[in-house]
Amino acid sequence: MLMKLTGGRIVDPAHGVNDEVRDIFVKDGRIVAEPTDGKIDQEINLRGKVVMAGAIDMHTHIGGGKVNIARTMLPEDHAADVVARTELMRSGCGHAAPSTLTAGYRYAEMGYTAGFEPAILPINARQAHMEMHDTPIIDKGGYVMLGSDDYLLRMMAANDDQESINNYVAWTITHSQAIGVKVVNPGGINAFKFNQRKLDLDEKNSFYGVTPREILLRLARAVKELGIPHPLHVHGCNLGVPGNMNTTLDTITGIDGLPMHMTHIQFHSYGTEGDFKFSSGAAEIAEAINSNKNITVDVGQILFGQTVTASGDSMMQHAAHSHAHPNKWVTMDIECDAGCGVLPFKYKDQSYVNALQWMIGLETFLLVEDPWRIFLTTDHPNGAPFTSYPHLIRLLMDKSFRNDVLSELHPEAQKASRLASIDREYSLYEIAIMTRAGAAKLVGLADRGHLGVGGAADITVYTDDSDREKMFSKPDYVFKDGKMVVENGDLIDVTWGTTHVVKPEYDNSIEKELKGYFDKYLTMKMGNFKISDDEIVDDGRGSLTIQPLHKGGPI
Amino acid sequence: MTERNEAGVWQEVPSPFCGIASDDLTISVNDQQVTVIENGDPITVKGFETPITDTVPRVDGQETSLANAVQRIAELMRDSQQTVISGLGTDLNGARSAMALADKGRATVDHMNSAGAFRNFLVLQDTGWMNTTLAEVKNRVDLLLVVGSDIESAYPRFYERMVWPQETLFSQDIESRDVIYLGKAPSGDASTSPKGKKAQVIPCDDADLPEVMSVLRALIAGRALQADQVGGIAISVLSDLAEQLKAAKYSVVTWSAAMLDFDHAEATVQTLCEMVKDLNVQTRSSGLPLGGKEGDTSVNQVAAWQSGYPMRSNFNRGYPDYDPYLSDSLRMLADDEVDTLIWVSSFDIDRTPPKTDATTVVLGRSGMTFDQEPAVFIPVGTPGIDHAGRAFRTDSVVSIPLRQLRDSGLPSTFEVLSAVEQAL
Repeated sequence: MLMKLTGGRIVDPAHGVNDEVRDIFVKDGRIVAEPTDGKIDQEINLRGKVVMAGAIDMHTHIGGGKVNIARTMLPEDHAADVVARTELMRSGCGHAAPSTLTAGYRYAEMGYTAGFEPAILPINARQAHMEMHDTPIIDKGGYVMLGSDDYLLRMMAANDDQESINNYVAWTITHSQAIGVKVVNPGGINAFKFNQRKLDLDEKNSFYGVTPREILLRLARAVKELGIPHPLHVHGCNLGVPGNMNTTLDTITGIDGLPMHMTHIQFHSYGTEGDFKFSSGAAEIAEAINSNKNITVDVGQILFGQTVTASGDSMMQHAAHSHAHPNKWVTMDIECDAGCGVLPFKYKDQSYVNALQWMIGLETFLLVEDPWRIFLTTDHPNGAPFTSYPHLIRLLMDKSFRNDVLSELHPEAQKASRLASIDREYSLYEIAIMTRAGAAKLVGLADRGHLGVGGAADITVYTDDSDREKMFSKPDYVFKDGKMVVENGDLIDVTWGTTHVVKPEYDNSIEKELKGYFDKYLTMKMGNFKISDDEIVDDGRGSLTIQPLHKGGPI
Repeated sequence: MTERNEAGVWQEVPSPFCGIASDDLTISVNDQQVTVIENGDPITVKGFETPITDTVPRVDGQETSLANAVQRIAELMRDSQQTVISGLGTDLNGARSAMALADKGRATVDHMNSAGAFRNFLVLQDTGWMNTTLAEVKNRVDLLLVVGSDIESAYPRFYERMVWPQETLFSQDIESRDVIYLGKAPSGDASTSPKGKKAQVIPCDDADLPEVMSVLRALIAGRALQADQVGGIAISVLSDLAEQLKAAKYSVVTWSAAMLDFDHAEATVQTLCEMVKDLNVQTRSSGLPLGGKEGDTSVNQVAAWQSGYPMRSNFNRGYPDYDPYLSDSLRMLADDEVDTLIWVSSFDIDRTPPKTDATTVVLGRSGMTFDQEPAVFIPVGTPGIDHAGRAFRTDSVVSIPLRQLRDSGLPSTFEVLSAVEQAL
């Protein structure tokens, strides 16, 4: 069947198209050229509407152990947002730690067609995929977490060559069915198990003698040499600690020009100035991002209200446990592989620190010049639930709205921020870069995030509205793989997206040593650790999409 | 990976029965007879070797087709004012289908092991915990404190696999590990080290455990106590234990919530978990709840991600209405609030439905017998023997792929419950 989407205002930064009236043709889930025979089966009039590719959330905690701990521990948060079953949709719950089903529906209703779980523990990857399998409509995938795993640190302590590390990274990404590599508090989660309570960039893990800086360099090099499109995804040292901006600046310059994505940078941009010994480092961090073209960031914007923080960073989550609200929290040490920590948290607009966190995030958005290198996230649910994205978009696109909100916040925090003096307003084109074209490029999705011929027909259609929150909350239409799933902001069909992965090459001889390691020290066999392609297909709803690699090879 | 050689022998088979997901089993399959050749234990051997008897569904005691049995269940659900789907001894996809059916059929979901599991969930939902997983125990534990539980009776290979391995990652002398029991004494010698070092036992009655744990926590927190004994234990003994825990570099406190079978045992679990948090002010210590039997962790996990809650939600109003007390299936049955019980038990023929006046449907393991014939009985396959599947182990972190070892023709719970959902 051939569908014509007629006369929309196309915003497609991947092809440099900025608000041009064009038609789009869709067949078999793909965008195709105008048919030469002129035969159209269905036409949808989009005249005057804003048309973008489906949005992509490149960092959202939607599946895996820590997310499910968050769900299980928060019945009171769900109670305020239970979701009833409809003829189309399963019941569930929303807000901070939504059920998988509700998360998929709500992403789609906002015009999102893909989300990537940023912290998949290798040993817990099977669970992350089970949960994402139960997340409808959107495409998904994830970054596998390395850097606190005993095996890597042991290789580094033994000074194994880069090729061996590349093999291990490629093997892990392949068998955990991931599309990228994440590192969280490099080496710190591991160090916490040896009772270290902080780990600075050049501080040695007490057992292996390895530093976070070395871990970052080794992993960033592995990702680059393997040709994995998504740069090493880094949750840095000292999350949330006043003064951590210096560590962050050091991390940026210390990566030797290798591609590196620094995630939820807001949480890593804190100074120690002022009466509260807590200040914004956003200007310095943004300047470093602007001048280091190898760096990309997502913001991890906080928004006010109750949420829950779920992180692989057991060390820093433990350090922060006195801030849990309500007062309950979990940390876990996991399988000589990783860890996690879950703390409910309430961001308050009359708290100096929380208000400044809000300002730091927005300052970062507005001071980083290149929208291709900064991405719109709240680190769902850590800064705020993903359902707050339309509000965040309005804050970025509407200066007077932003300053109105700002004027209500903690007065001392207002004085400590230069946010009110920043005039920049994001354009629709820039929003489309951050949430579509740039995100697809960053994650390594060749066929998503654009509206060119051959691309997947993931398309979102909005009514232009100066109230950007309203505009982005309720798209007129969302098409997923060519099928209309949302009409006038309401879900009308439930489909199941694909799982995006990469399959870098590696020397299989690595398995000889790994098998012995699993047999001796771990509690499951190597063969049972591996997640087969069949498991992703599962009951038939799932599918696997292997994305192309970049040209790799030794640097 | 689980693989079969030419002689019909399977290697590296994971056990969905043992709670700790041992996956080093060697198993032979001869026609329908499964035999554990290596690394069995009483629980796993029973799990794998229970023979197939019935293969045909029954309605009102009469053999019938699967399609008829499915129709009958759908009719019962349609006519029901309150259906409970419980037992839920099943795997990942069985749990998915049960949740989908409960959602559509406005039923209540519960698990046969919920009485124990909720002693932990209530703590997670009130104050949380600091826990660990099996490979951390295997490589790091220097002091294992076992609270109120004879763990080897339910987890026969726990010590062999997790406490007394040949070697560990961090060059620890295995013989230096200490095992201390507080409460129940061990029933066997699994906790004795390879060279014969026996576990220390500080016995007390279950009834005294809440007070004993409170005193231990108080001692660790440095509180002054007036008493000189508690539950028959001299305070000096508990003081020594407190000092050992504080001196340990990676103590692990373990318990089986199913074995803490006394009123409000959740309060004792909470004291234990808060004590672990207190220990972590200075050193490292972790909790390790032991469960993972009859698919309980798998089912609670699936329920949590699909609905936001573990077991004990009622979907009567169209959404998950969670209540650990009101939706306790045993309480509901005892109070005659249930007209239809759908009992799923695909692992153990001895886990039969509770005695009830409610119309009972059983999706049970072949070989199950009943005092009272259920309205519908469908013999279903066992995950990891009759069909592939996936299951979580005790720590709710690691899950194992289960493979089909024989072709019995028995339907999976997923197939049956999905068919019922379609027929509704």
